[in-house]
Amino acid sequence: MSKTVHEFTTDIPQWKPYVAPVNLADATAEQLEALKITPSNTKVSDYVLVLAHDVETLKHRSPLFNGVMYNRGGLSRAERELGAVGASMVNRCIYCAAVHANRYNQLTKETDVIAAIFADGVDAQIEPRLKAILNFAVKLSKCPSDATVDDMAALVTAGLSKDEILDLILSTALFGWANRLMHTLGEPVEE
Amino acid sequence: MAENEDVVAAIVGIEPGSTLSETVAGRADIMALTQQTHDAALTPENPGGLSHAERAALALRIAKINDQKAFEDHFEALLEKAGVPESAARMADIWFDGGSDMRTRALIRHVDLVAHSPKDATRHDIERLREAGIGDADIVRLSELVAFVSYQIRVAVGLQLMRGLA
Repeated sequence: MSKTVHEFTTDIPQWKPYVAPVNLADATAEQLEALKITPSNTKVSDYVLVLAHDVETLKHRSPLFNGVMYNRGGLSRAERELGAVGASMVNRCIYCAAVHANRYNQLTKETDVIAAIFADGVDAQIEPRLKAILNFAVKLSKCPSDATVDDMAALVTAGLSKDEILDLILSTALFGWANRLMHTLGEPVEE
Repeated sequence: MAENEDVVAAIVGIEPGSTLSETVAGRADIMALTQQTHDAALTPENPGGLSHAERAALALRIAKINDQKAFEDHFEALLEKAGVPESAARMADIWFDGGSDMRTRALIRHVDLVAHSPKDATRHDIERLREAGIGDADIVRLSELVAFVSYQIRVAVGLQLMRGLA
């Protein structure tokens, strides 16, 4: 029997959709193309199969997502993950928070920062640079955004370059998008 | 819509040759994909059960919920371009809850919830859409619209704050 996960965790749960994923056997040529299905690659997550219902956005979403999280230069991969975690906490997307907190821990080879953030949110006792990043991500993720000129200035003071700030904006905003799909179209469950 | 229009750049007012323009050029691929997704979410070739007018009206609603005047103007222009059937245009009225039409009520309720407080969404909210006759594919289309516009607005808000940097 599986049960829904309601608390933030770095143990990655399963994601169970509320709507039926596209059945690969019934997928159109356009869907297969967007899903990057080839005879040697037929593994696709339920999440992406759910998104395949709207193939025109999915087509652009996948390269956009990969670019924002993994492209070269700019903000470190770990700090982009922190932007994702900040957004996911505001939107309470337990699944996204777990995946990206877990990835942050893997990339930094430590667990203290995420543990502090899950315990105390923006009041977490973490180094100033990380605190400025988390604070900005959390405020930008509110609706309407709460981010101010002072929050932006704090990023500069914390040592972020303009290229890094742009990447933080993008990774945070991206999770304003991802959370609104993942958290509303399905739920995180554990066995 | 013009092929090369970049909604975020126009709304933020990124001046060619400015420091911000140089910074953003480093992520030109992301900005182009953002615009392409905008077109796919607002004016798709296959709109399914959500017309271009309804999409523009709901996006306008999301811009209002985010208190983003420049985006309101943008989506209003898209709405006019789509021909503005009265029933769709009313969906943009933030004080309108859909009235007696079950489908309109369900669409508006869901858009407001997911734009403003996605954290409160549950399985029950998807069931309410289904009860109003909205099928799975349209549920995903609607979700992508709200999610994407919420993203695009945050990119612009962030860049606007960056404009103030020396």
